[in-house]
Amino acid sequence: MSGVWAWIEHQDGEIAAIGRELIGAGRNGADSLEEPLTALIFGHDIAGVANQAFDLGADAVIAADDLSLAQVRVEAYGPLIADLARERQPSVILAGATTRGRDLAAWVAADLDAGLVADGIALSFDSDRVIVTRPVYAGKLMADVFVTEGPQLITLRSRAFAPAEPTGKSGDVEWVQPAIAEDEISTQVMAVESSAGTVSLADANVIVSGGRGVGGPEGFEPIKELADVIGGAVGASRAAVDAGWIPYDYQVGQTGKTVSPDLYIACGISGAIQHQAGMRTSKVIVAINKDQDAPIFKLASYGIVGDLFEIVPALTAEFTRRLGE
Amino acid sequence: MKVVVCIKQTPSTTAVFTVENGQVTWDDPGGKPLVLNPWDEYAVEEALRLQEESGGDTIALTMGPDSSQDALKSCLAMGCGEAVQVWDDAFNGSDTLGTARILAASIKKISDVDLAIFGRQAIDGDTGQTIVQTAQKLGWTPLTFVSKIKAVDFDEGTITVERQLDDGRETVSARLPAVIGVVKEIGEPRYPSFMGIRKANRATIPQWSAADLEIGGGTGAAASKVDWSNIYGLPPRDTAVDFIEGETTEEKARLLVDKLFEEKVL
Ligand SMILES: Cc1cc2nc3c(=O)[nH]c(=O)nc-3n(C[C@H](O)[C@H](O)[C@H](O)COP(=O)(O)OP(=O)(O)OC[C@H]3O[C@@H](n4cnc5c(N)ncnc54)[C@H](O)[C@@H]3O)c2cc1C
Ligand SMILES: Nc1ncnc2c1ncn2[C@@H]1O[C@H](COP(=O)(O)O)[C@@H](O)[C@H]1O
Repeated sequence: MSGVWAWIEHQDGEIAAIGRELIGAGRNGADSLEEPLTALIFGHDIAGVANQAFDLGADAVIAADDLSLAQVRVEAYGPLIADLARERQPSVILAGATTRGRDLAAWVAADLDAGLVADGIALSFDSDRVIVTRPVYAGKLMADVFVTEGPQLITLRSRAFAPAEPTGKSGDVEWVQPAIAEDEISTQVMAVESSAGTVSLADANVIVSGGRGVGGPEGFEPIKELADVIGGAVGASRAAVDAGWIPYDYQVGQTGKTVSPDLYIACGISGAIQHQAGMRTSKVIVAINKDQDAPIFKLASYGIVGDLFEIVPALTAEFTRRLGE
Repeated sequence: MKVVVCIKQTPSTTAVFTVENGQVTWDDPGGKPLVLNPWDEYAVEEALRLQEESGGDTIALTMGPDSSQDALKSCLAMGCGEAVQVWDDAFNGSDTLGTARILAASIKKISDVDLAIFGRQAIDGDTGQTIVQTAQKLGWTPLTFVSKIKAVDFDEGTITVERQLDDGRETVSARLPAVIGVVKEIGEPRYPSFMGIRKANRATIPQWSAADLEIGGGTGAAASKVDWSNIYGLPPRDTAVDFIEGETTEEKARLLVDKLFEEKVL
């Protein structure tokens, strides 16, 4: 067995952020194991994307371009990766721990009867073995986990690995055929409503979140204004979501999204253990809360005790001034 | 219609964990240390909603030790018609693939199942892998992150769902039988009724062991291809909170922004 493979997600003709991170992590892995890095890219009209993978540092690109692959469907993509893997025996297969990457990795592992480790946030290498550090029990504990035999399937969390930078390299894409025909696939995608354009929580560098302390739907206005000024995404606690002030898509926490931005600003959020589960790996945490004993201050790097309706607009004004300079 | 809901018993969300020599134990001083996985409550709710709409049977299924009967009783109390506990010493230490093989064999034994509904993920391992792996072992269509069942026709064998993905929403139609994993938006789980709780307490839940099932492939620690022996506590976050003090709100804002520029997080 030899070779590190990475399944690369793309959107609108560009490799997605998680794809660049996978090539970055995969490059390190391939160099440590002294094996080549191969990018797997599937879709329709994807010649441009396939070439980008070389530029980002892949040694080889295996691509499939077909109408049946236009949408990511496990039934179409799964057998394609599994058949290639049976034929060529890679030692490692990486995917993003995204909604689509998780599904695909799980299916391929089941088809190959291989071991799978999800949600890696760091990798280390011990001869031909990849040790995956991952949070467990909602981030309350950590584990160093590895696959004991056969191909090692691993999914990696967004924003945990440095994205690959363009190298100027190019190469010849190897084009392969879909593994199964359209009429053997049970699922049909009838409609897609893309959330492209809005800042995705998983990819955000900066997140400004509001909790019960914002007091109502209009309380998210100052939160959004601050987020806009610093180019961040808006998040929320479950209390704010349950109150109907903001949709569930914004919820951060154990039963919402897991995020890991460079900066997380929690406004009017007490910091319940289930909220922490979704944001504790943020690099710098700022808490704004009028209760100086709120648990969020145990986790925060910086805190301001006070009314968020005074402090948040003051921060917006200060950032506007400073970033304008 | 015959719907199986796959559920797992997990530590509660407020459980406090201790690790010693790689062994994890936990307790919940404020409540029950073991609960029905919170995500699986949504799966139970959706199964009950389908049952109310189309009639037929809902069966709660778990692979787990005897303590998991409590989690099955919660499902019965909510309104599931039947429950099955699958356990064998040989299942101990299964990875998700082993679990998927056992669940697939159990669903086959239940027979004539149209739909198997799963939660989004189990809050212990947090993998969400078991859903698709069970589908693969059954040869059924996997539909994950389902936020709404838009239409289902058990006679025609078709289903249309809305899926909530990282990059947006999609509407997908598929043929039954299918395995679906639901997310929170599917609908708030109901509380068990008083009658339901009484019925659940009196129920005797059948137990199946390895000998009752035709499992395709290995199970338990011996067949697991994932080594989980190195679990440890979190390194503490290095610094205590730095409270920003100042005469005025503006001054506090300025001091905080200074610090954030110094941290180079912007
Ligand atoms: C199974 C389960 C899963 C859960 N999953 C999640 C999850 O995914 N995400 C999540 O967030 N929660 C989750 N929870 C809920 C969690 O336990 C808390 O109830 C929730 O996080 C509280 O939200 P909050 O901090 O906004 O509200 P509260 O705890 O009510 O805190 C509000 C805070 O705002 C402060 N405040 C009020 N007014 C102001 C003001 N004007 N200025 C400054 N500060 C102010 C208060 O001092 C207080 O600290 C879950 C719970 C369970 C049981
Ligand atoms: N031991 C089990 N018995 C029954 N269902 C399970 C079991 N483990 C996981 N599941 C189901 O699979 C879903 C995903 O679990 P996981 O892959 O462990 O995160 C859960 O929400 C349950 O619906």
